[in-house]
Amino acid sequence: MTIPPLLMGHPLANKENASYALLTMSRIRKFEEAVEDLFGRGMMHGTMHLSIGQEASPTGVCMALNLTDQITSTHRGHGHCIAKGADLMRMVAELLGKENGYCGGRGGSMHIADVETGNLGANGIVGGGIPIAVGAALSSHLMKRGTVAVSFFGDGAMNEGAFHEAANLAAVWKLPVIFVCENNGYGMSSSTELAFKLEKLSDRGLGYGIPGVTIDGNDVAAVYEATEAAVQRAKAGDGPTLLEFVTYRWKGHSRSDKNLYRTKEEIDEWKIKDPILHFEQVVRERGLLNEDEIGEQHRLATEQVIAAVNEAMKGNPADPAGLLDSVFKKVSA
Amino acid sequence: MSDRKLTMSEALREAMAIALDERPEVFILGEDIGIYGGAFGVTGDLYHRYGSERVRDTPISELGIVGTAVGAALSGMRPIVEIQFSDFTAQAMDQIVNQAAKIHFMVGGGLHVPLVLRAASGSGTGAAGQHSQSLEGWFANVPGLKVVMPSSPYEAKGLLLAAIDDPNPVIFMEHKLLYKVAGTEDVPEGAYRIPLGVSRVVREGKDLTVVATGIMVSRTLAAAHELDKEGITLTLIDPRTISPLDMDPVYESLEKTGRLMVVQEAPEHGGFINEVIAKVVTSTSLGHLIAPVARLAGMNVPIPYAPQLEKAAVPQVDDIIKKAREVVASWR
Ligand SMILES: Cc1ncc(C[n+]2csc(CCOP(=O)(O)OP(=O)(O)O)c2C)c(N)n1
Ligand SMILES: [Mg+2]
Repeated sequence: MTIPPLLMGHPLANKENASYALLTMSRIRKFEEAVEDLFGRGMMHGTMHLSIGQEASPTGVCMALNLTDQITSTHRGHGHCIAKGADLMRMVAELLGKENGYCGGRGGSMHIADVETGNLGANGIVGGGIPIAVGAALSSHLMKRGTVAVSFFGDGAMNEGAFHEAANLAAVWKLPVIFVCENNGYGMSSSTELAFKLEKLSDRGLGYGIPGVTIDGNDVAAVYEATEAAVQRAKAGDGPTLLEFVTYRWKGHSRSDKNLYRTKEEIDEWKIKDPILHFEQVVRERGLLNEDEIGEQHRLATEQVIAAVNEAMKGNPADPAGLLDSVFKKVSA
Repeated sequence: MSDRKLTMSEALREAMAIALDERPEVFILGEDIGIYGGAFGVTGDLYHRYGSERVRDTPISELGIVGTAVGAALSGMRPIVEIQFSDFTAQAMDQIVNQAAKIHFMVGGGLHVPLVLRAASGSGTGAAGQHSQSLEGWFANVPGLKVVMPSSPYEAKGLLLAAIDDPNPVIFMEHKLLYKVAGTEDVPEGAYRIPLGVSRVVREGKDLTVVATGIMVSRTLAAAHELDKEGITLTLIDPRTISPLDMDPVYESLEKTGRLMVVQEAPEHGGFINEVIAKVVTSTSLGHLIAPVARLAGMNVPIPYAPQLEKAAVPQVDDIIKKAREVVASWR
């Protein structure tokens, strides 16, 4: 399984970038569809939090990042992981509880981390990754590495104390960190209307002296531009930025969601604002990609996901014999 | 009561409905307990029956939720907090441990905190390390908290009603694998209370005394049925509340069996179950032992994701059978 090289730059800069952006979003979509299928067929255990409908945010953000820039992710983290460059096969293997999965079957969907691509990990704790990204940024600052850290989190996470303490620390220390709130309208069943007294969640930046911007999170180019500006700011030593990407989750929160808190009409309305269809339209209009080239990205994505699933199935199930040895990193002599 | 086999979710919901009917000062708060009906469906239709004031959906703010409940409890209310996964009590630890547990004592008795914190606990759902822990031992180690671990629907209803009546903070740990399982005993329709701090002798046998908590009660019971066939009979004791802990039935039983085995899901190291052993070996009960105490607990690892790993990490029915056989066979 070859990892496609990470590509940086504006999704609409040229044919190559446009292809890459579309391919990445398509890979995320197809990956999530494959997960849903594996789950439905009883081959995957636990739960799943799918990011279908939200593909533009991870894709646009990661196109503004270097391989050495770091991210922290969430329970809804497959997209972040893929956009940062993770190996699809090792991701599926993890979901299937295989020895060659990213976590050796110990973590599953909510805990995939990938050191090589700067992914410090998904997180089962809402808000758990936010201060960790601040710490990664502190490390970069102290060691003068010149890298930035991005924390992805949902709207719901902004009501955890962790967000507030992390935002203030990052602000007063002017750390190179970017807070990326993927506002999909709901934290499980609570709508942002019920959970906030704010129109724009990015206004919370004000309370910490951090610039906050609200962007159409289904527009991959706009996501890229906002992130790129935040990266520049961070690298210039001007401190953190709070980005709010407004988007929508098409699927239920997790496997057990009956969608009682929203209407079918609302879901359908957002499906029209599909980030992938939107991007296809833009690249077509601009003459960046033709129909064949668009189709080719989806074909490639499907092929890669199928290959990943097939290969992952062949892996050995994780062996309980290794459990006790996995708890602590060996102390070197 | 004829044929009322409820699941633990249903039994807990009945208890909360009774409490909401009985006392205007009872209310429930937590994440997704309203329209969604609770992450595990425990509050179910209570939101529709009692409204959004008394069944309050909250933002994702565990520290705020518990702290608000503490303040309300100090001011005449009886809040029932639902924490989606017991792992997230970590977010609220200051309010539970430094505030709720100690206020009554520290202020010299002038204030008290009648609060129940219900939380979904335990492994078995493939939710991995941050959604599967058995943290009851943490709370049992904090003076001022009562800690309840219901083992069946019947127990859950009676214990929850007693917990709501209690004028102190009660941590109520519900094993998530028990939520959807129908109990074997009928659950009476109306109110009944099971006092906190009284252990239950689930069954009596002659060879071995087993003390098991939470889901390990039904697992030990399943093991006991198998062992019966081999002529090994065991007494099973469910402490129900691990704090306060009622040891009397254990001491009494050991006079007959002379063999003790303790079973818990939580990791062995520093776990609650060691307290049971300590109490036995530091009392005259030690003199009744004819065998070393047997201990079966979770491995000292975070709960892993893959099903085969997750199963291996905590005691299963077969492990209990094997261990019980060993103890009885080796020490005749
Ligand atoms: C500390 C904590 N509280 C509650 C949960 C349960 N939970 C998991 S995801 C979720 C909703 C999160 O909403 P949001 O941050 O908006 O992310 P989204 O699911 O919408 O991507 C909740 C309540 C959790 N995992 N961790
Ligand atoms: Mg959300």
